[in-house]
Amino acid sequence: MQGYNFAYLDEQTKRMIRRAILKAVAIPGHQIPFASREMPLPYGWGTGGIQVTAAVIGANDVLKVIDQGADDTTNAVSIRGFFARTAGVRTTTKTEEASLIQTRHRIPEQPLREDQILIYQVPMPEPLYKLEPGKAKARRRHALAEYGEMHVKLYEDITRFGRVAVAYDHPVMVNERYLMSPSPIPAFDNPKMHRMAALQLFGAGREKRIYAVPPYTNVRSLDFEDHPFHPGRADQKCALCGDEKSYLDEIVIDDQGGRMFACSDTDYCQGRRG
Amino acid sequence: MAYVAVKGGEAAIAAAHSWLAEERRGDPAMPAVSVDQIAQQLGRAVDRVMAEGSLYDPQLAALAIKQAQGDLIEAAFLLRAYRTTLPRLIDAEPVATEAMQPRRRISAIFKDMPGGQRLGPTTDYTHRLLDFDLRDTPAAAPQAAAAPAKMPRVTDMLGAESLIEPDAYADTAPGDLTMEPLAFPAGRDLRLQALARGDEGFMLALGYSTQRGYGNAHPFVGELRVGEVAVAITPPELGFAIEIGDITVTECQMVNQFGGSKISPPQFTRGYGLCFGHADRRAIAMALVDRAMRAPELGEDVKAPAQDQEFVLAHCDNIEATGFVEHLKLPHHVDFQSELETIRAMRRDANAGL
Repeated sequence: MQGYNFAYLDEQTKRMIRRAILKAVAIPGHQIPFASREMPLPYGWGTGGIQVTAAVIGANDVLKVIDQGADDTTNAVSIRGFFARTAGVRTTTKTEEASLIQTRHRIPEQPLREDQILIYQVPMPEPLYKLEPGKAKARRRHALAEYGEMHVKLYEDITRFGRVAVAYDHPVMVNERYLMSPSPIPAFDNPKMHRMAALQLFGAGREKRIYAVPPYTNVRSLDFEDHPFHPGRADQKCALCGDEKSYLDEIVIDDQGGRMFACSDTDYCQGRRG
Repeated sequence: MAYVAVKGGEAAIAAAHSWLAEERRGDPAMPAVSVDQIAQQLGRAVDRVMAEGSLYDPQLAALAIKQAQGDLIEAAFLLRAYRTTLPRLIDAEPVATEAMQPRRRISAIFKDMPGGQRLGPTTDYTHRLLDFDLRDTPAAAPQAAAAPAKMPRVTDMLGAESLIEPDAYADTAPGDLTMEPLAFPAGRDLRLQALARGDEGFMLALGYSTQRGYGNAHPFVGELRVGEVAVAITPPELGFAIEIGDITVTECQMVNQFGGSKISPPQFTRGYGLCFGHADRRAIAMALVDRAMRAPELGEDVKAPAQDQEFVLAHCDNIEATGFVEHLKLPHHVDFQSELETIRAMRRDANAGL
């Protein structure tokens, strides 16, 4: 696009973001502050993910953008259009064709490869924020690996409800050192992060943090021996492709309580239908 | 002696006012903006002034914006000051937002539902790149209007399964914040009235704080709808309702995760926002703060500012707030003189004690 650098951000900003990414990869799960820029999309729309994508994308990359698992959701369409316009790169909806995948709230069903990078949009990078909203105090707890409070919180859930009442953004331990927010993906997706072949990058624009999970890193969802982590999904099969294992969207089809279930990962569903 | 000039206040005020009028007009070689232009082309500003001015009249709000040089709090103030002179003739019937034919209706909790998602005239997915072509104001291509349709409330679809608490309903007539002084604790009717006219920036910041751990919200926009609703009154001599006009409103039904407490079972709980005009930000922030202030009713601890109704309601009105903050500009030299004497005496004592 005329008047703008390749992929919108200037080269100095990209270098600053790349330095943060390198540091993040070197300390898996640790949040690295970065000088997040104002972007032409609002905070909350994925400014962190967009900045990370802008910093790593090259002219030969093929970009896929999903929101809620789907390529056709409005925000995914908008961000894909943004990079098609500002970087002129090829875009795709096919998971296997993409070299970069920017996502909000899902991990694709199809396992990713070593030559792919998954970039998450993150609203709240601090996994402890509901227990300790103060940034300085939370940082100290990470430094001391003092995560007892989070276990207590999960334990209290079990005593009150008989289960951990966290449906999404279920906290994970990365490389047995840092507690990390997986971003608001459903707990169903957490196991996919464990020893994933692809590099996972996380960008939080408003909160000005970047963190990463390098390929083949241990990612353990917090749980207890007698209450093992349980990734849930609707106990239904996809009305379109018949799959019984994928994560499903619940779609309201009338005002008489009628519901339809369909794969949230639209590319996966399309692929199964041929 | 500058101080003497302050005593000659009358001439100073007259001079200030004529300077203000001159500054408001700007370069007389340029055409003046008309009130119609403001009403037509600065619609979001007009909507905000109507909401905070607590009076639905786009033409008067546009006039207030012109008179206030675009200072929207000042404009809302002008509108409130006018509103106070109007006689209260009759209470309208509750507006039926479920009967609205929305031009915008979105839900963040379902991918699709009866009536569908309708974006309407939104900036949501624009890229914020300055459009230099707008300087020469090309005429926008007219859009084919989508067929109007009634759309069932998304939260009613959840309600069928009892996953969400029932909509609040009271048999008693709602209170009126503008006719009775606010007493604490205030009921939800009065709290919602205060938020509907509260400062957008203040509510935005409070709503935002609940998302960042100060109040522990788990909100989802169940539905946001924008459109026209009919206002009806029932004159006692007629005994049936007649419609007297339409107003544009934005309504937000927020669905909040709630794990239950000693007095309520686990279910989704509601936060509600309703305001004049097309104002997504205001309606969403209002719904967040409404839910936060329901903490005591749902058996939650009140720990964060947004949950403290006295803190929120006492400070959300920007006409009150701007008055008290800006009044610091007024002469305070009598008080200050007494402070001077006191501090001199204290220093004398302190130095003597050294």
